[in-house]
Amino acid sequence: MKSSRRKFLQIAGLSALGWSICPSLLQASGHGGGEGGNGQGVRWAMAIDTRKLDDKLMEECVHACHSIHNVPKINSKQNIKWIWSAPFEKLFPGQMHKFLKEVPEEHTLALCNHCGNPSCVRVCPTKATFKRPDGIVMMDFHRCIGCRYCMAACPYGSRSFNFADPRRFLKEQNPDFPTRTKGVVEKCTFCAERLDEGKRPACVEAAKGAIYFGDLNDPHSEVRQVLKERYSIRRKPGLGTDPSVYYLI
Amino acid sequence: MLEKAIKGSKIYWGWLGLLLAIIGVGFGAYMVQLNQGLSITGMSRDVSWGFYIAQFTFLVGVAASAVMMVIPKYLHHYQAFGRVLILGEFLAVAAVSMCLLFIVVDLGQPQRLFNVLLHPTPNSILFWDMVVLNGYLFLNILIGWVTLQAERKQVPPPSWIKPFIYLSIPWAVSIHTVTAFLYCGLPGRGFWLTAILAPRFLASAFASGPAFLILLCYIVKIFTKWDPGKEAIQSLAKIVTYAIITNLFFLGLEVFTVGYSQIPDHLLHFKYLFFGLHGYSTYVPWMWASVIAGLAAVAILLNPKNRQADNVLAFACVLVFLSCWIDKGLGMISGGFVPNPLEEITEYIPTKLELMVTLGVYAAGFFILTILYKVAVGVKKEVDA
Amino acid sequence: MYDGGKIIAGLAVFVLLFTFPFWYNIGNAAYTRPKLELPKEAKECVEKTEWMRAEHMQLLNHWRDEVVREGHREYKSMVAGKTFNKSLTKTCMKCHDNKEKFCDRCHNSLAVKPYCWDCHVAPKGEK
Repeated sequence: MKSSRRKFLQIAGLSALGWSICPSLLQASGHGGGEGGNGQGVRWAMAIDTRKLDDKLMEECVHACHSIHNVPKINSKQNIKWIWSAPFEKLFPGQMHKFLKEVPEEHTLALCNHCGNPSCVRVCPTKATFKRPDGIVMMDFHRCIGCRYCMAACPYGSRSFNFADPRRFLKEQNPDFPTRTKGVVEKCTFCAERLDEGKRPACVEAAKGAIYFGDLNDPHSEVRQVLKERYSIRRKPGLGTDPSVYYLI
Repeated sequence: MLEKAIKGSKIYWGWLGLLLAIIGVGFGAYMVQLNQGLSITGMSRDVSWGFYIAQFTFLVGVAASAVMMVIPKYLHHYQAFGRVLILGEFLAVAAVSMCLLFIVVDLGQPQRLFNVLLHPTPNSILFWDMVVLNGYLFLNILIGWVTLQAERKQVPPPSWIKPFIYLSIPWAVSIHTVTAFLYCGLPGRGFWLTAILAPRFLASAFASGPAFLILLCYIVKIFTKWDPGKEAIQSLAKIVTYAIITNLFFLGLEVFTVGYSQIPDHLLHFKYLFFGLHGYSTYVPWMWASVIAGLAAVAILLNPKNRQADNVLAFACVLVFLSCWIDKGLGMISGGFVPNPLEEITEYIPTKLELMVTLGVYAAGFFILTILYKVAVGVKKEVDA
Repeated sequence: MYDGGKIIAGLAVFVLLFTFPFWYNIGNAAYTRPKLELPKEAKECVEKTEWMRAEHMQLLNHWRDEVVREGHREYKSMVAGKTFNKSLTKTCMKCHDNKEKFCDRCHNSLAVKPYCWDCHVAPKGEK
């Protein structure tokens, strides 16, 4: 084979390309799924008592969450919300009908469902959204590239994107919790930071008994007790996402 | 061969200058976006993908369409495509380059782009889309360049390129299939949750891509005095005819399934796009324009006499291109997000800055296309002489 | 060698450009370590000063992955076996409560711009 400068450069270029992709191919691994929800260990879950919640209480829950987590209040369609109040007919489309006593106009709380089989975790190309062993679907704001695939994948509209720098919209900041930067997706984290300190989620505390919280795998937990006693539904159960948020009717 | 790109007429340099100016404007708009975030776009919490991703989806189709010439040429030894194949391959290179640019400008944190490689996640279809798109770009540059070089030296292409050519056939199908999988694997988005999405994408790709190529052939013929050949254009026209009919047929299948089953999760999106929902009807005229343009193109193209008249064929190709562009570059993404999973309606209308960035990316693609075509046609003319 | 002159000229230009940072800075004052304001009350950091100076970025990088991704919040120090909470704001900046006079001084003189404080809230500092 006659070698020439040209050939040398071609081979050098190809080798460099090969070496550059090799390490990351070796690293390739599955999604950031944890082991939660398989019947062992803790799986955090929430049961919302729709009968006890009124507008004032819901507002307090939203305020508690959003002020602790530095969630900005943006009055546009590029808004951000971790937990919010919405009418039943929107949260449970197809399950409400006009002859239901009171219910269709009534509001209740919506938040991330921390699904047992989360589609947002499945689609994330960087494992910035992942599932912790205790079932919490977590966001790593440091790693998110802002592709918004998770927003398309979430069938509950639980995710928000920082279209602009959120600090512009924050009147007060809680110094103990980071704000976000522009260009990343965010959502409810079940107050993972509070759970790690042994506290309960902020909305649960603000709800004064209208939201139950606990370990779904522990038959004696508060949630399991209330789920045994009362009738409950979950949002869009037919999609197979296995939500961890239950609504007591 | 690149030296052919630096010798050209005033029109050539003027065109490149114009494209550079548009790229400059688009780049300026992108700088504003980098600074302000994606808040400068018309996207929202409910419609979280917009014009960028829609153009990306459409252009993947244009790129994939090169396969419609590779198959007849290399599997059936249909020689008429020998003259234009390189134009198809170089169109694919330009189209994939635009796709990659559109993905980058759509990211909220583009500087973290390489997290996709640092933390590779085979579970994510986006990971695979990155793999197949970059692979396809590489394949087309390699195949195009090597075969053109062989042609210039008037020797048969080296035998080692054959496996790459055969590989490029399923690879072309894969880029559009994987792109369809981005959408059709999502629970709770009834518009996309359909197994026929990938075939629909491919059908519209094989209509719009070759239609665009026919138009490019005419443009090349006018500006370079090099004739791609009547037979090649006529064969492409037949491909366009079959593909646009298939595309409309697939749309009909979709409409029947959602219309007859009446399941709201799937039906409401079609209602929104074609009839408007709760008073929101921005896309209605566009969607009907798409259907009518498609049907009109079929009516024209079915008659062989029309296909043989250059002007009529070019007009039909414009109709096909428009029909597919509206369907995919406008309706496909917005329609999927409206109504949102809570059955609320937030309409999406791109902003001026967003359109400027889009135009800049298109200009960059055409810049690449012009230079590659200059090289290809230069070599062809040299060989013909 | 074909085109010998052109190749040598090209190489010369390349070397010149490649070494730009070196000859550009000839004659400039030598780098002096910026004076940092250390916390008044606290006597010790999570690790030794020299180690922290060289490794704090890696340490913080590990901390954030371990806290966010694994939920491990306790850091066992190499000095005296003490444990600390892995937190930029709750641990580091409780003592180093003046970002301008500590973090920024070094970062500025080295022209690095860490984006930590795009999200993490810096303490107000002394008034």
